[in-house]
Amino acid sequence: MSLAIIDSGGANIASVRFALNRLGMESTFTADRAVIERADRVILPGVGAAGAAMRQLRKHGLVDCIRGLTQPVLGICLGMQLLFEASDEGDVRCLGLIPGRLRRFDGAPGLRVPHMGWNHTRQTRDDPLCAGLRATPWFYFVHSYHAPVGEHTLAACRHGQAFSAMVQQGNFRGAQFHPERSAADGARVLKNFLELS
Amino acid sequence: MTDAATTGLARRIIPCLDVRDGQVVKGVQFRDHRVMGEIVGLAQRYSAEGADELVFYDITASPEGRSVDHDWVRRVAEVIDIPFCVAGGIRSVDEARTILQAGADKISVNTPAVRNPDLVNALADAFGSQCVVVGIDSIVQDGAWTTRQMTGNPDAMEHTGLETLDWIGQVVERGAGEIVLNCMGSDGTRDGYDLQQLTAARAVCAVPLIASGGAGEARHFTDVFAAADVDGALAATVFHSGALPIAQLKSTLADAGVSVRPC
Repeated sequence: MSLAIIDSGGANIASVRFALNRLGMESTFTADRAVIERADRVILPGVGAAGAAMRQLRKHGLVDCIRGLTQPVLGICLGMQLLFEASDEGDVRCLGLIPGRLRRFDGAPGLRVPHMGWNHTRQTRDDPLCAGLRATPWFYFVHSYHAPVGEHTLAACRHGQAFSAMVQQGNFRGAQFHPERSAADGARVLKNFLELS
Repeated sequence: MTDAATTGLARRIIPCLDVRDGQVVKGVQFRDHRVMGEIVGLAQRYSAEGADELVFYDITASPEGRSVDHDWVRRVAEVIDIPFCVAGGIRSVDEARTILQAGADKISVNTPAVRNPDLVNALADAFGSQCVVVGIDSIVQDGAWTTRQMTGNPDAMEHTGLETLDWIGQVVERGAGEIVLNCMGSDGTRDGYDLQQLTAARAVCAVPLIASGGAGEARHFTDVFAAADVDGALAATVFHSGALPIAQLKSTLADAGVSVRPC
């Protein structure tokens, strides 16, 4: 099996690759359309701002490429956010694969932004990505914008308001948290992604 | 605490590994360091035991005018599956990028930010605020909390002329995504966190705030979360010595009503 990690311009790709290695999976970090289209699995990572990531994808002609992929695709953190229609972060149009718009968290006393740290999720519907997770899994989150809860939501989380922690639409899935930094629960999500049929 | 009603976030328990010459060391009130163990082994141990995050602080970096050795950053990133932050003499965006590319999740700046506050803006612009932690070493002087720099080396340690609460406000404004406040008066004493100073810092800090300095027993953690509403608590000796296993600490915190991630 081959796995491509799309180069969307973020700095911290190493931890995703190392997490996959721990599951016995090698990966290719690439912005090459042909390599991405041929891969059995595709991960869209993302650290940084939505606008910069979308510019990077456009620069490499990857917007239509990603939209046309039929193999399992997993967006991580900003990569999940890019699957949506648009983000308030810089008023950016994203990939439009999942309906909805990213909004910034409202800060308040006791509600720090970014939402940074370990939070637990509540599964809202069945999907192989969530197979075998404990009833209340804990994941590591780092983000300032959040995705709405809707039909695409697999698991919801709460920080002031409820938001999507895991999403699925066809072959596209996403995790707002960092599975590569979420101990055993995160490793289970990555393993489930690799085992999708 | 308003955790349950508004957010499911856990309070973070963060072992701090002071690194010197590739070894984890610990001193008392920033002096007299002794070797506690090897970096990757300790990182693995804490990750497996339920630590929520690790901080590696290269205490020799700034005084000797060099940056951290990146080789161990990569080795740590390969084996642990919780987030970690690297601190120590990071003076430029390029140095920070190298460390993040090696697999660190965040970088923390202290002395270099005092000397060049624009570095905080530059780091936040390049990587986003979520990657940028500002560490502050603070001690009471003439009735006010003031910051110190070059604290890794007692002979090089200097006053900065900055009042701690003003400095917190300034670096948050510049884009810091998290503050680690090392209260030097309590560091290494095991007498508890500086609740008064951390409460004052909390009031001016809109981003996550991590308490550091003074943890000696589980009650100190319960106290700092309840009294100062900090997002995480950092400690070294109490964990390195085995005096307080993380599972036992989290169990005590959960019993006291503090939201923690179960081990």
